[in-house]
Amino acid sequence: MATAFSTAKFSTQPFPLNPTSTTSHDSSIVFARPTSQFLGSTRKFRLTSSSKFNLSRRSKTVVAVSDVVKQKKSKSSPSLLITKEEGLDLYEDMVLGRAFEDMCAQMYYRGKMFGFVHLYNGQEAVSTGFIKLLKQQDSVVSTYRDHVHALSKGVPARAVMSELFGKTTGCCRGQGGSMHMFSREHNLLGGFAFIGEGIPVATGAAFTSKYKREVLKEADCDHVTLAFFGDGTCNNGQFFECLNMAALWKLPIVFVVENNLWAIGMSHLRATSDPHIYKKGPAFGMPGIHVDGMDVLKVREVAKEAIGRARRGEGPTLVECETYRFRGHSLADPDELRDPAEKARYAARDPITALKKYLIENSLASEAELKTIEKKIDEVVEDAVEFADESPVPSRSQLLENVFADPKGFGIGPDGRYRCEDPKFTEGTAHV
Amino acid sequence: MALRNIIGKRIGNGIGLVGRRSLSTSTSDVENRNAKSMNLYSAINQALHLALETDPRAFVFGEDVSFGGVFRCTTGLADRFGKARVFNTPLCEQGIVGFGIGLAAMGNRAIAEIQFADYIYPAFDQIVNEAAKFRYRSGNQFNCGGLTIRAPYGAVGHGGHYHSQSPEAFFCHVPGIKVVIPRSPRQAKGLLLSCIRDPNPVVFFEPKWLYRLAVEEVPEHDYMLPLSKAEVIRQGSDITLVGWGAQLSIMEQACIEAEKDGISCELIDLKTLIPWDKETVEASVRKTGRVLISHEAPVTGGFGAEISASIVERCFLRLEAPVARVCGLDTPFPLVFEPFYMPSKNKVLDAIKATVNY
Repeated sequence: MATAFSTAKFSTQPFPLNPTSTTSHDSSIVFARPTSQFLGSTRKFRLTSSSKFNLSRRSKTVVAVSDVVKQKKSKSSPSLLITKEEGLDLYEDMVLGRAFEDMCAQMYYRGKMFGFVHLYNGQEAVSTGFIKLLKQQDSVVSTYRDHVHALSKGVPARAVMSELFGKTTGCCRGQGGSMHMFSREHNLLGGFAFIGEGIPVATGAAFTSKYKREVLKEADCDHVTLAFFGDGTCNNGQFFECLNMAALWKLPIVFVVENNLWAIGMSHLRATSDPHIYKKGPAFGMPGIHVDGMDVLKVREVAKEAIGRARRGEGPTLVECETYRFRGHSLADPDELRDPAEKARYAARDPITALKKYLIENSLASEAELKTIEKKIDEVVEDAVEFADESPVPSRSQLLENVFADPKGFGIGPDGRYRCEDPKFTEGTAHV
Repeated sequence: MALRNIIGKRIGNGIGLVGRRSLSTSTSDVENRNAKSMNLYSAINQALHLALETDPRAFVFGEDVSFGGVFRCTTGLADRFGKARVFNTPLCEQGIVGFGIGLAAMGNRAIAEIQFADYIYPAFDQIVNEAAKFRYRSGNQFNCGGLTIRAPYGAVGHGGHYHSQSPEAFFCHVPGIKVVIPRSPRQAKGLLLSCIRDPNPVVFFEPKWLYRLAVEEVPEHDYMLPLSKAEVIRQGSDITLVGWGAQLSIMEQACIEAEKDGISCELIDLKTLIPWDKETVEASVRKTGRVLISHEAPVTGGFGAEISASIVERCFLRLEAPVARVCGLDTPFPLVFEPFYMPSKNKVLDAIKATVNY
């Protein structure tokens, strides 16, 4: 299919597919061939080859990805994708995400945290695959399902857990809660409760990095921004507006779609005219990639390329990760609408078990080493809960702080004391 | 944790009050035949069933309405009326409301659901610039009176920044639309049917706190309650309290407490915020000489300011004390601090006493 930008500088080599993949659900990075699982029972969407991806310099590495798919490959595979350290690092990050979210559920049902909590179980490969490739100065913008993004970016588990409990030691001093994780130190520009609200923010952050490099001449500034969002968001105006702006100004940003097929109770297939989200990238002049989001190694390969593009100043990329959330939309969601067979299918593709299998089969790690990591993570999470439990609740004066920049303009009254110490505070007439 | 006790108490009080007493003291606004005990979301559900039954060109759409909605207000509609009339939309509020305006302009009754009032802001442009001005700028050739936008608003105890906002004040500043807020299941059913059948675009905010907690006898037949008529739900002689939605139950508790101190409070439910019933409120203030307004939204620029200014204009010489407003604080809606932020019973009570003893 001739796309509008065939005159652009993308290579016209189609991405090599893996036609001999024996396991049907392990699709490699797909352009043209939809897998039956992805589309459910709707087979009528037929794709023609869509976006071209600039692979001329990287085709060697990418071919190795397709090889990984073959589970029956011999153990002494010539080009492994990761070293042992990287493998263990990825494993640890994913286990941390999973253990943390499970602990969140426990704490919620015990009443230690409240509010609307959205858990990330099952999608860890996307977070780990992308964020582990970033530097500290790179920015990440997330959604309300942001605990694991925060953890992958480096925010300590203690800070995230305290934030969830609403304590002062939380990353936002207990102000935001589950859906609003921010960290200046780790450049996490937030969880956003509102879908799509974070994408323009990420676009602005990416612009800053490009500005610093080109206008302020900080030559080594190659900071990249990642924007994470879901399939439902891809029907929202803000998404399209930002794809346009990012491609127009060639911003160093990667748009990562975590397509878990469901927006609360709305199936992506029934809400979207063309469910193949990655095709929307080329419509705006950027490459669009679809990757199996349940396999952290594949995600990582695609992420390397996309982030690399952004760092080199070649512009934005849209990456669609096919993934799945094992739990309901939020802890208040009874999750009755999803077919148990679908859930079972994806549970069999659990990213953590897949990576574990890969590491063991390729002799990168032993069971014992992985068990040690799991134990360590359990301790980290327990410690985080204890820390959060023992942390103090914010004082009332914090309620009025940070509405404006100048605390005296609001938080502190003319007599120099906090306004909430004013006896009129209980009358609710806190006029300022 | 002390905070949680406060939260628990508020919920407890809410259940106790609204469950046991009907807040309506007017005797014959609705016939009571075939009344059934139900909560707010069931009452709204019934209203929607009736609306779709009686008008073949009525549609209900929004995010997740097909399976019943996140608050169960639309259960059974898709099964009964089919997917052509009750359908899910993609996640685009601006598109949902704009699309609803188009439907209404062509003579249909479009009942759009915005999942939380906090999400209504992308649609604000369509509501303010299109819905409100459609009839006006087309010289009455077209109108979008068939449009009703329903949204759950207000605090729910644990909603945080984006599941607890009360945006009614923004819409009250727009000539051309109506804003209606019910206080209880029986009111909700009647008011919603009136809103749907009203020939003007209406934004209908439903207090989400009350979806399950408020239980009342609601008649099963089709009935409508008049818009732009406030209701005096408690007679008194010392001070007039004006409110709407879930806040009324808090104010009622404060009235009961004040009664023990010998202060007789008159409580008015505005029901329709614009165009609001100035006459009823004015008559009451002429009787009592004092007025207190309470709402969850932040105090500065909240709708209480409009009521206060109008009352002062009309009843200046009769007023014995300044108009009191007991509202949310001027901060974004907090998560952990919700009990301090909210205009609680004690704050209302303090203000009643201060006003009466002025």
